[in-house]
Amino acid sequence: MGKLTLCNVSMTYHTLHTETKTLDDISIKVDEGEFVVLVGPSGCGKSTLLSIIAGLITPTSGSVYLDNKIISYPCNKIGYMFQKDTLFEWRSIYKNITLGLEIRRELTKDNIDFANNLIEKYGLSSFKNYYPSQLSGGMRQRVALIRTLVLNPEILLLDEPFSALDYHTRLLVSDEIYKIIKAEGKTTLMVTHDIAEAISLADRIIVLSSRPAKIKKEFNINLSIENRTPLTSRNAPEFKDYFNLIWKELDKYDK
Amino acid sequence: MINNTPSKEHLEYISKIKRRNTLITLCRILILIIFIAQWEITARLNIVDPFLVSQPSKIVTTFFKLMQEGHLLRHTYVTCIETIIGFISGTIIGTLIAIILWLSDFINKVLEPYLVVLNALPKIALGPILIFWVGNGQPAIIIIALTISLIVTIISVLTGFNDVDEDMIKLVKTFGANKYQILKYVVLPHSLPAIISTLKINVGLSWVGVIVGEFLVAKEGLGFLIVFGGQVAQLDMVMLSIIILSIIAYIMYAIVSKIESKYIK
Ligand SMILES: Nc1ncnc2c1ncn2[C@@H]1O[C@H](COP(=O)(O)OP(=O)(O)O)[C@@H](O)[C@H]1O
Ligand SMILES: [Mg+2]
Repeated sequence: MGKLTLCNVSMTYHTLHTETKTLDDISIKVDEGEFVVLVGPSGCGKSTLLSIIAGLITPTSGSVYLDNKIISYPCNKIGYMFQKDTLFEWRSIYKNITLGLEIRRELTKDNIDFANNLIEKYGLSSFKNYYPSQLSGGMRQRVALIRTLVLNPEILLLDEPFSALDYHTRLLVSDEIYKIIKAEGKTTLMVTHDIAEAISLADRIIVLSSRPAKIKKEFNINLSIENRTPLTSRNAPEFKDYFNLIWKELDKYDK
Repeated sequence: MINNTPSKEHLEYISKIKRRNTLITLCRILILIIFIAQWEITARLNIVDPFLVSQPSKIVTTFFKLMQEGHLLRHTYVTCIETIIGFISGTIIGTLIAIILWLSDFINKVLEPYLVVLNALPKIALGPILIFWVGNGQPAIIIIALTISLIVTIISVLTGFNDVDEDMIKLVKTFGANKYQILKYVVLPHSLPAIISTLKINVGLSWVGVIVGEFLVAKEGLGFLIVFGGQVAQLDMVMLSIIILSIIAYIMYAIVSKIESKYIK
């Protein structure tokens, strides 16, 4: 089994008026160090799936395994990044980055050194005392990632982390964040509805149907390109083929 | 590169704005002078009855007379203290109740209709009952002031609490935060601007509460001076009290605004 495993996860939301079946029997395996991207139309249940893995909601049925054991919450091996950077405007960049340590009461010397290392390594040293409103959207998303990495999670969950950025910034930031994640060797599960973005980042893509989300198809992404990064990926000869395959896969469901 | 020497157009633009601002200030002062002057003149010429509307020179005389007798400062002080205690305690107690309601969604839901009714009720109407309960004195005045701002505070602070971005709460939950940590790290700091603007509203409400309270029970305070002046047909005293009241209310409001602008950028 893999690093992170979902077994037959289903989720139904209940309100007084309706019940909404959102996830239908989802089973996923993510291996150590792998970058897996879930692609699915908006509203199909992608965020719900990540929330279940993070332990924010309990699935109606099915289970989540980490290192082959049923995961117990709160789990400090999982880091979560959102579409919006959710930086705290009233805290400095440094205070934002160490927020998780503060909440976990783990502001030890080792951890602070680790945080400072990351800050230095990823070019945030000179912004430590800035406030989030003074940074650009791309920079803020980088801070959000470092804030997650400071807690040294084994698995990263990324929920459409670039979709709030404009196109140009999105390409640059996804490149940057991909490199950081690879350098830190994290196992990653990302969701997006942007096919090109998915191909440019993923080792493997899982296509979800519209709500209730079912797994439709999986694609191993093999690009014949050296020193693969999200930006260079887009020049790979196979890029368009994957795009068309996934496009067709998604298209079927909207009919 | 930053251009340090502003261009000619920019300098012209600045001086235009400045001239306009000076003009606005001048007009404001002018209105005040004209108003006071016509008041004095029409009263002296008996165009208006000085007994009914008083007159500026007499108000000034009354001011010095009351200052010499040593009571005016005391009356002003009493009213100020009552107001300050009123709006600060209203804000603090209201915020504490809002925290309890935020912590327990159940209590919140149970109390919701009561809050709506209490909010709609003109709290001044409770004045006589409160006096009956707390007795004829300063505590009653303060409690009236507090009652007026309490419900509004609870409602607006709670609205601030519920306005927090869900994702921020989710984020700290993934850090393992419990409900008190969510309150401490996310909800309270996020709502600080809302709490401070409530404070600002409460200053105004508290003045109303205190003056009405003094009308009803006081033996000192500006509200008392107003009622007393009316009873003994001393319109100068009434007018003077009102003028002092508006100046102090303005100063207090300005101070709270200053605090507000420090926290809300
Ligand atoms: N707390 C909730 N209660 C009821 N329905 C919800 C709730 N959260 C999400 N949903 C519904 O579940 C579906 C999937 O939502 P979501 O997981 O956010 O989709 P995605 O992230 O793929 O856009 C949506 O139709 C949404 O309306
Ligand atoms: Mg979503």
